[in-house]
Amino acid sequence: MIQTIAFYLFAVLVIASAVMVITARNPVHSVLWLILAFFNAAGLMVLVGAEFIAMLLVIVYVGAVAVLFLFVVMMLDIDVAALRAGFIRNFPLGIVIALVLLAELVLGIGAYRTGAIELGTPMASDAPAMVGSNTGAIGALLYSKYLFLFEAAGIILLVAMIGAIVLTHRPPKSKRGQQDIGKQNRRNPDEATVMKQPTVGQGVEL
Amino acid sequence: MIGVEHYIIVSAILFVLGVLGIFLNRKNIIVILMSIELILLSVNINMVAFSAFLGDLVGQVFAMFILTVAAAEAAIGLAILMIYFRGRGTIAVDDANQMKG
Repeated sequence: MIQTIAFYLFAVLVIASAVMVITARNPVHSVLWLILAFFNAAGLMVLVGAEFIAMLLVIVYVGAVAVLFLFVVMMLDIDVAALRAGFIRNFPLGIVIALVLLAELVLGIGAYRTGAIELGTPMASDAPAMVGSNTGAIGALLYSKYLFLFEAAGIILLVAMIGAIVLTHRPPKSKRGQQDIGKQNRRNPDEATVMKQPTVGQGVEL
Repeated sequence: MIGVEHYIIVSAILFVLGVLGIFLNRKNIIVILMSIELILLSVNINMVAFSAFLGDLVGQVFAMFILTVAAAEAAIGLAILMIYFRGRGTIAVDDANQMKG
């Protein structure tokens, strides 16, 4: 019973916050609604016993991706009103396409419920039994059978990191703070300093 | 009792909302990127739900890879957005037609 209540709570909240993400006027508010959607999706995943993916969702999405979005939104000077200009004009077409897509998806689910489609069965031989901790089972699977894919995921993240740095890095425009060694070595005391003999009570004219 | 259909319906609605977000905010590429995140989130919910209800952990492993790709995609997309903004002073992408594509 409590599980049903929790499911509907999380489901309603994730859908409501997704609606707010795509309709909020201010992109900062969109990001904050997106964070709420991620939290509720993590709750949904906890309900089915996938706590590792749920925590990963909170850490990776809320902790990294949403904060990245927030940084970029706040770093750029965005004219919100101009970006909203086509919202009403695009609304009817978007709603029609969304309703058609939703109808198709629900039709597919309905076809499954009538029993026409087999859901499939897990591979009996190598599917580990879901006993013990979810995290331990995922780790045992990830570091044995899917080790190669796991390393490929690491490569993807490395390429993404280097790509983001290469794309956004620009060499500094000003010379300030940069050492020009040739200029430094060409410098000699004769042209860099002058000897002065100031009289008492008068300043030095440079 | 909550079955796998409930989860699929939630994830289908989330997917459609993501697609609708791309249509509604054609100019605002930040919201487009967030809509793509919503779509990937719905796929993740689908993967995890099927994994749990079929008792097969492979779905959760693949949900992790989807998460990885989503994070990489967000990083690269926002980097491209930064250089686009630097060059044009706006992020309105509906007039990005320099390459006549």
